[in-house]
Amino acid sequence: MQEIEIANLRKLTEVVKATYNYDFTNYAMSSFKRRISRVLDLFNFQSVDALIAKVESDPKFFETFVQEITVNVTEMFRDPSFWRLLREDIVPNLLLNHSSINIWHAGCSSGEEVYSMCMLLNEMGILDKSKIIATDLDKGILEKARSGRYKLKNMELHEKNYIRFQGTHSIKDYYTIKGDEIQMNPELVRNVSWREHDLVNGPVFNKFDLVLCRNVMIYFNQNLQNEVLKKIHESMFKYGYLAIGSKESLIWCEIANKFIVVNNEEKIYKKIKE
Amino acid sequence: MKKYDLSDKYKAIVIGGSAGSFQGVVKILSNIPENFKLPIIMCLHRLKHVRNGFVEALSIKSVKPVHEPFDKESIKRGRVYLAPANYHLHIELGHTFALSTDRLENNSRPAIDITLETAAYVYKEKLIGILLSGANRDGAKGMKRIKDRGGMTIIQDPSTCMIDTMPTAAKNLTEIDYSLDVDEIINFLKQLDSQYK
Repeated sequence: MQEIEIANLRKLTEVVKATYNYDFTNYAMSSFKRRISRVLDLFNFQSVDALIAKVESDPKFFETFVQEITVNVTEMFRDPSFWRLLREDIVPNLLLNHSSINIWHAGCSSGEEVYSMCMLLNEMGILDKSKIIATDLDKGILEKARSGRYKLKNMELHEKNYIRFQGTHSIKDYYTIKGDEIQMNPELVRNVSWREHDLVNGPVFNKFDLVLCRNVMIYFNQNLQNEVLKKIHESMFKYGYLAIGSKESLIWCEIANKFIVVNNEEKIYKKIKE
Repeated sequence: MKKYDLSDKYKAIVIGGSAGSFQGVVKILSNIPENFKLPIIMCLHRLKHVRNGFVEALSIKSVKPVHEPFDKESIKRGRVYLAPANYHLHIELGHTFALSTDRLENNSRPAIDITLETAAYVYKEKLIGILLSGANRDGAKGMKRIKDRGGMTIIQDPSTCMIDTMPTAAKNLTEIDYSLDVDEIINFLKQLDSQYK
């Protein structure tokens, strides 16, 4: 893996911004750089300049590039204790005051958490009381999420997580095997609307009772985390819940005081101020 | 007692370890000076799905508390850090941590190469990398990066490792400054600490 100069990364982000209006300027430098290195290796670019030229001149390649740069690797029921808390505490609390709940998966990537959520809601018998919007910046990954096809070999891990989540079914009830892939039952996501949306530059488009944005903001620097949190805050009803990754924290964000910690271990926050 | 080429230029220590490294890590942490001045950043292979218990197990005998950093947390002098389960631990310019859930590297998350390479980038010649016992090749590229950037490289003497694949892989890839057993590593750290007034 080649070492990349920061100046070259800046050149790249400027060209991307000018050409496609995607802004990677405030991405966390170390992981961004690593992903660029990977792109260089994967597509045999000799230099960042060569990559810049290709990105600038080839919109089709740019889509692939975005996918490599923004893909968020996740699992179904990552952190099973988090999902148990949702089922046993957070969702029941929402149901006390709501006849239906609005859920946003912000930065849903390949959709594993969306399917996890739908399994959870299904097993609580409230799937049809739920409206779920799943968004991502990357068209390609959103298409993959919508298709509900995953590698069979990954299901072992997902199943282990599901068992630790103590689901009431077998995870196998939710998919069929097709060769080395599985097809999630499309009925499961009947109340999910998949949308292209840019968390950084996109508009506030709705209000939600529960927002999942787990291990997405870790790819941003602190400035951008601040900005994105403001948008998420605006997209939430008062007393709505926000879930972030177990090793993320809001405490250094400017508007941290508009939230209280509901569960520090699982990093669930509640909006208490507009 | 061995003498080492030391100075007070170093700003951080990174330790990588895998299978067979736990005892060594515990011994090191329980024998470093109480007010050891440099930050120690550890990336140890661990069960992906078990979030709790490991840091506690390490802390029991450690002279300092072991802490799993949050994303964007600042690196502070004298603290001991451990890469959290199922995250890669990166070091950022400005001496903060950044986490990622990127794909496994060397079949691992956290991957030692990521912590070592990003630390080498930030600390350059002011970094000491220590690679302990382990059964795969994770960390070798990271050690090479540390050496290439002018830092110091130490491996656990392969003949004293429960499984020597990891330090041997590093030795085969790059120049290693010292090959030491765990007691010698402790002694090294004590001598290093005495450089700082």
